[in-house]
Amino acid sequence: MSKWIPLWLHKLGSPPTFYRFAGALRPWMLALALLTGAIALYGGLVTAPADYQQGDAYRIIFIHVPSAWMSLFIYGVMGFAAFLALVWRIKLAEVVAMESAPIGAAFTFITLVTGSLWGKPMWGTWWTWDARLTSELVLLFLYLGVIGLYHAFEDRRQGARAAAFLALIGIINVPIVHFSVNWWNTLHQGSTIRLLGPSTIAPGMLWPLLTMMLATKFYYLASLFGRVRTDLLDLESGKDWVRKIATGETPQ
Amino acid sequence: MNAGTLQHFFAMGGYAGYLWPAYAVFFIVLLADFVAPALRRRRLMHELRSRLARKAARQPRPAPTPTEPA
Amino acid sequence: MLRRDLTLAWRRRGDIAMPVLYALIVTMLFPFALGPEDTLLQRIAGGVVLVTILLAMLLALDAMFSSDIEDGSLEQLVLSPQPLALMLAMKILAHWLTTALPLIIISPLLAGMLHLPTAVMPVLVLSLLLSTPMLSLLGAILVALTAGTRRSGMLLALMLLPLCVPVVIFAAGAVAASQQGLPWLAPIAWLGAALVLLLVLAPLACAAALRIALDA
Repeated sequence: MSKWIPLWLHKLGSPPTFYRFAGALRPWMLALALLTGAIALYGGLVTAPADYQQGDAYRIIFIHVPSAWMSLFIYGVMGFAAFLALVWRIKLAEVVAMESAPIGAAFTFITLVTGSLWGKPMWGTWWTWDARLTSELVLLFLYLGVIGLYHAFEDRRQGARAAAFLALIGIINVPIVHFSVNWWNTLHQGSTIRLLGPSTIAPGMLWPLLTMMLATKFYYLASLFGRVRTDLLDLESGKDWVRKIATGETPQ
Repeated sequence: MNAGTLQHFFAMGGYAGYLWPAYAVFFIVLLADFVAPALRRRRLMHELRSRLARKAARQPRPAPTPTEPA
Repeated sequence: MLRRDLTLAWRRRGDIAMPVLYALIVTMLFPFALGPEDTLLQRIAGGVVLVTILLAMLLALDAMFSSDIEDGSLEQLVLSPQPLALMLAMKILAHWLTTALPLIIISPLLAGMLHLPTAVMPVLVLSLLLSTPMLSLLGAILVALTAGTRRSGMLLALMLLPLCVPVVIFAAGAVAASQQGLPWLAPIAWLGAALVLLLVLAPLACAAALRIALDA
């Protein structure tokens, strides 16, 4: 296996190396997140035209859709890291998987709440049990289950592996959420943004949306790097490299 | 930008009651997500430092040899 | 293995009665809570019976491995040369026979208390026969994952119920369709297909989960 993994990636798996790497990148990620976020918000709230049918209410889309996308994307990352953690027992993969869960849960929660606030003026109801909303709610419970299971173990690494297993069982829900609007009759509208081919959304609305999707990705990395660094300090607290950082011998 | 257009901006075509709480949730939840690990890190460093300090305080005393009378 | 588990369960006959009594009492609460009006109870009868049986099984799920963990025989099972997945499948079967089967047997009684039309009862029993094994199989994986932790019933419920949502939807859908005189075979077929899939995959997943939990 070591033959096809480049050396720098292998080195990155070592906790002190990743700690330094993440520490260097994190401020940049945060800065980019805030910058692209601000641009996206300006585009979405100020320059984008009002919708023909929905007026100004549709502007919730600029936070609802990126959050929904992130709720699925982060679960995918968590699943991939979980796979690495279970198959190769890589400590860093365990930490990335476990620390992604709360961020994913946060985005899922935001998706559900902003969706509800959008649904009330548009559909006349705060909630409906259609396929997409129900499966997104199930996604939230899956995240919470992973977090709960992880904390139920005395041994953190064993807990991470058990929770990783649960995460992989639940990964079937991710395609269900995504394709639910195609497979079933839902109240939720279908996709207007396509990866390949033209999207049916107005360009003035498209670019703030895409920019915000980018901003949330940068934010995820910023938050993840911070969490993983702290977790690595905790897991490796007996080791020399942590001692040096705690006593201030090496800069933070 | 005068007070009229600013007011128009905040009114959001009458949907302000839905739109602004939605944006507020977005910011508050992400802020909480960002701050909580920072607090944990601070607590952890504090614990680590005190643990190391305790260990260092124990080192200078020479260990008593086993054959010393009680 | 199957005989061993069944004998052990028979010795604790009282425990078998508990889920049944629980289901009876909970079902009885609904007319008190919602009023005895026939038409209302009739509409919710299928769903209430299904969810009540699901919750009763959830309560009993914890016991699947607990006694074996305590006396150490579970670890011996994991280390033994026989295929772990097969042994676990037998354990799950024994658990289903002693927990779910009594519940399925009294399900017409439960449904009758809520005025479910007798013509619909066979569909109810059929959907329970297909859905309860899936609950046992999924539940077994999760109980295996939490083996050896300070187990909380709430955590198990939090993990298991989201995974059971599709099962509940199809099982209740079949009953509701039959009640409205619509074709009910399609959801039953989906349940059957899912059951076959789980019968093969779940014991394997359960074995993997057990190995993770016992750090083997």
